[in-house]
Amino acid sequence: MSSKATGGTSEVIEKRPFDKAEFIEKYSTFGIFLILVVVATLWTDTFLTERNMLNVLRQVAAGTGIMAVGMLFVILTRGIDLSVGSIQALGSVLCGYYIVQLDISIWFGIPLVLLSGAACGAITGLFVAYLSLPSFVMSLAMMAMARGLSLVYSQGQPIVLGKAGAAITEFGSGRFLNVPMPVWLMAFIFIVAGITLNFTKYGRIIKAIGSNEEAVRLSGINVPRYVASVYVISGVLAATAGIIAASRTGIGSSQVGVGAELNVIAAVVIGGASLMGGRGGVINTLIGALILGVMTNLMNLAGVPGYHQQVWMGVIIAVAMLLHFSVTKIKN
Amino acid sequence: MDALVQLRGIKKSYGGVKALRGVDFDIRPGEIHALLGENGAGKSTLMKVLGGDISANEGTIIVDGKTANYRGPADAKASGIQMIHQELALAPDLSVAENIYLGALPTVIKWRDLNRAAGEVLDRFGFDIGPREIVGKLPIALQQIVEIAKALSKKARIIVFDEPTAVLSGKDAERLHEIMLQLRAQGVGVVYISHRLDEVFEVADRMTVLKDGETVGTIDAKDTDVAQIISMMVGRRMSAMFPEKPETEIGHEVLRVENLGRGRKVLGVNFSVRAGEIVGLGGLVGSGRTEVAKMIFGADPIETGKVYLNGEELRLKSPHDAVRAGINLLPEDRKGEGVVIDFPIKVNSTMAMMGKITNKFGFIRHSTESRDITELTDQLTLKCGHIGDPVSTLSGGNQQKVVLAKWMFAGGELIIFDEPTRGVDVGAKSEIYGLINQMAADGKAVLVISSEHQELFGICDRILVMGNGALQGELLPPDFSDENLLHLAMASGVAEQNGANDV
Ligand SMILES: Nc1ncnc2c1ncn2[C@@H]1O[C@H](COP(=O)(O)OP(=O)(O)OP(=O)(O)O)[C@@H](O)[C@H]1O
Ligand SMILES: [Mg+2]
Repeated sequence: MSSKATGGTSEVIEKRPFDKAEFIEKYSTFGIFLILVVVATLWTDTFLTERNMLNVLRQVAAGTGIMAVGMLFVILTRGIDLSVGSIQALGSVLCGYYIVQLDISIWFGIPLVLLSGAACGAITGLFVAYLSLPSFVMSLAMMAMARGLSLVYSQGQPIVLGKAGAAITEFGSGRFLNVPMPVWLMAFIFIVAGITLNFTKYGRIIKAIGSNEEAVRLSGINVPRYVASVYVISGVLAATAGIIAASRTGIGSSQVGVGAELNVIAAVVIGGASLMGGRGGVINTLIGALILGVMTNLMNLAGVPGYHQQVWMGVIIAVAMLLHFSVTKIKN
Repeated sequence: MDALVQLRGIKKSYGGVKALRGVDFDIRPGEIHALLGENGAGKSTLMKVLGGDISANEGTIIVDGKTANYRGPADAKASGIQMIHQELALAPDLSVAENIYLGALPTVIKWRDLNRAAGEVLDRFGFDIGPREIVGKLPIALQQIVEIAKALSKKARIIVFDEPTAVLSGKDAERLHEIMLQLRAQGVGVVYISHRLDEVFEVADRMTVLKDGETVGTIDAKDTDVAQIISMMVGRRMSAMFPEKPETEIGHEVLRVENLGRGRKVLGVNFSVRAGEIVGLGGLVGSGRTEVAKMIFGADPIETGKVYLNGEELRLKSPHDAVRAGINLLPEDRKGEGVVIDFPIKVNSTMAMMGKITNKFGFIRHSTESRDITELTDQLTLKCGHIGDPVSTLSGGNQQKVVLAKWMFAGGELIIFDEPTRGVDVGAKSEIYGLINQMAADGKAVLVISSEHQELFGICDRILVMGNGALQGELLPPDFSDENLLHLAMASGVAEQNGANDV
């Protein structure tokens, strides 16, 4: 890449100079993560064992990790999706409903579950994109509906996957190169998302919409279609998280993912994404999710009681926010 | 005469970009001091230092003989330095009155008093805007006036006008000049930044020219002329503002608009533009020109009437459809509608035609993008560190060039320019006129909206004049003159009084 300053005597700048603010912005999330890992390693003997690490990764995969990718896409467009936890539950229940109760083969059942998640996302997305309704409210409505549907289809009872869903539970406990399958799936999703955001037209437009929607619209880009699509992606990924939850526990349950949307949003925001849209990245989102995962794990290992854990989670979110805020301050 | 403020040896760098390399500048009471220079010369940066918005790396600011140490804009304001920034800094959802008194609002707002006070400021300077109107709904020219009123409402010893007339029509610009003369008579020191040199010469007492962050010189206005100033700015003499038009064949009718109308803003407009033709759309601010453009572009809904492209009726539902059909619009509101300001120059430049830089799977071909955009930005003499830098790091005129680059890259069949040279320096203006001529010569149909009459006269084959939402007439080159244009623009009689705020 050649850089160039045209006009007059201004010098040609060959390399972009080192920018302190930009550096901190890029690596502050990673910094927090490193500190946390060091603390955890020194504090407990069990943290830095392969078993425990894989355990953390598996929890992240089944919990916030995969959903955080969808949420990142939504937040980049300056929206929010509160329905992910509920769609996760619906995904988990439908897994059992389609495969056990309707006796559909998993080759059709799994895509059907994903399609159902997509449908939920599409409903939110269409209202937000084409009627310009606030995403906060629309996804809140979907949050109630999806949770309700998960109760309806399960009749409030867990559905045991049993023999019909054996392939799913095998996936949940299966390993490849000693790494749990759900972790592989999560890695795959993050890689695809990263490529999409950084190297494709789609990713570029998604980010630009969050930064100045009107300018993007007046560039002749079909903004509503892009906006609607991010909710579909979020819905599909939430349903995927639901399938993983079912695969790990062997049951489809409407009690999965209660309050998960908050953790998912926290992961994205800790990862440095701006709720004002336009700013955020996949790697930092992954680190954001890992930070939450390591925190939980550390507190469990250290025997911090459950109620206290919530307080500490709040603290870490606040600290991360403070760091990002100071970066913006330095920049100006 | 003693200076009110002296700036000595001011240096400022952004990363590796040296915006100011040791500039001296002073402002005396009761003078209008013009600050001139090419896009990116450092004018706005120097004024931001004066206004305490940014701090210089080196140099001193001397106010009343004492070195000032500003910690922020509030300190500068307290010593009587008021700024009208090049980029509007208004709260779009608030009313005009709230914006004028933003920062000075009492804890409990008495709406009646606030609106009355704001109304008085606007009246005193002869602006016809209601204090209760919502700023975001005003056209950009009136927003500019609110920004000016905001500074005028405060006690000032120095007022800096950073390109206030870039979006104003001739009449409003004249009114603004009267205001400057009033301020001068009151002993206020006025700094006036503008790329419209003829206007500058009407009012300025002294002129300072910057080039690449250095002072070229300060001269009394009466000792110089436009040609000398231009050669100081660009470092060479410029032959002609308006380049010779290449031989252009006027072809088939590309655009035809029939009875286009919406509400009270646009009342049944009919016209057509042919391939190879450059048609101007003149008139006062608020006469409905921008609305017509936005309807043709599908950005605003059409209430009545039809739009034909190459003889076929179009039913555009969005700008997306328009761009696909080959219609491009360069919007007048650069910051709100033209650029995604935090995004790189190259991303903005390719946004309207991403097909050219993506493969069939939607992957971006970064090297193609860099190559194409570097070529374009060179043509436009865009001054930037790197095309990967965000647009927000550019000077105002260079930001405008990014918007131009975007639509030149899109390469539609019908191109509508709404104030194409807003805030662009003389040299680049001439380049842009050349590029517009070239587009026409390549067989494109061009429609140019401009409040700068000379611009319309210089490049258009004919000029349509709008007033109060209707087409009032057409001018052909032999009849091109300010009087004729204004005569038509105000033909409906009430335009003089209501034209400005009847939007
Ligand atoms: N925030 C910033 N970050 C990096 N570079 C900047 C920033 N602001 C200004 N610059 C650079 O400083 C130089 C001077 O900019 P400035 O805005 O003062 O120009 P100007 O004379 O006002 O031009 P114009 O006539 O286009 O308004 C430009 O090269 C610009 O790119
Ligand atoms: Mg400027």
